[in-house]
Amino acid sequence: MTRFRCAIHIVPRRGILDPQGKAVADALHSLGFGAVGDVRVGRYVVVDTDAASADAARASVTAMCEKLLANPVTEDFEIASVEQA
Amino acid sequence: MKAGIVRFPGSNCDEDAYHAVADVLGQEAVYLWHKDHDLQGVDLVILPGGFSYGDYLRAGAIARFSPIMQEVVQHAKRGGLVLGICNGFQIACEAGLLPGALLRNDTLRFVSAPVSLRVESIATAFTSQYHLGQVVSIPVAHGDGRYTADGDTLARLEGEGHVVFRYVTGEGEATTSANPNGSLRNIAGIVSAEGNVLGMMPHPERALETALGSTDGLPLFRSILESMLGGVPA
Repeated sequence: MTRFRCAIHIVPRRGILDPQGKAVADALHSLGFGAVGDVRVGRYVVVDTDAASADAARASVTAMCEKLLANPVTEDFEIASVEQA
Repeated sequence: MKAGIVRFPGSNCDEDAYHAVADVLGQEAVYLWHKDHDLQGVDLVILPGGFSYGDYLRAGAIARFSPIMQEVVQHAKRGGLVLGICNGFQIACEAGLLPGALLRNDTLRFVSAPVSLRVESIATAFTSQYHLGQVVSIPVAHGDGRYTADGDTLARLEGEGHVVFRYVTGEGEATTSANPNGSLRNIAGIVSAEGNVLGMMPHPERALETALGSTDGLPLFRSILESMLGGVPA
């Protein structure tokens, strides 16, 4: 078994109102970043887990996302990286 | 009737729910510890308000995997009554007992105030003692109460009469300004397809005595009692 560090991005699904993202976008506009369009605020989760391979680690954190880390009704997740810890 | 009130780490409306059942309704009430696997033979499970597990990750997400919740899900599958209030509504959605999810209020503010609700269905074990269309005053206190579901789910909830409470003005109109959190279609409370699980963001247990400013939560608890006595099928 090898320990892998898996980074996961969880963001509100497109089409779902994200008031946090909107507040941040408004603040960026007022700071003069007029080019900013949509902003979405999500969550970044880092999970260290033992697995036989990187693929197995990825499959495992995918299951974690589907079961607990993300709510499929309102959130999308993406496994950003899986690296040997 | 025997009611069980689940205590999660961070529950803070458990004593209010106990008071509602034991002192106001005069029925048997017990606390159910989140680590237990025993419902102690209760007829009704109340998932109370609060901040279970600190609402870490998402409101209700961790509580949903408590040992006691396995028993609560089985109880619900057997047709047993479950009342999820506020954090309890969030937990019931996370557990799949009710469709949809509760998101951060669109105002990004915690809202704590009495709100007006319209009773949208009296054909449930929780609402038989109200009048259809009755406008009641019940307090809310939450930061994550924005009910969300996909279009098909919303259409089904509406079509099958599973929207039980809606945020309205004092005159009974479901306007944007009457909506404290941005819930889709002003939804404040829904019932499961089988009718035995009710989730609602407002706190009926805080509206049972005149000293608290409203007694409009009383018919809800009386409805449950009535259904236990065989008046209304669950």
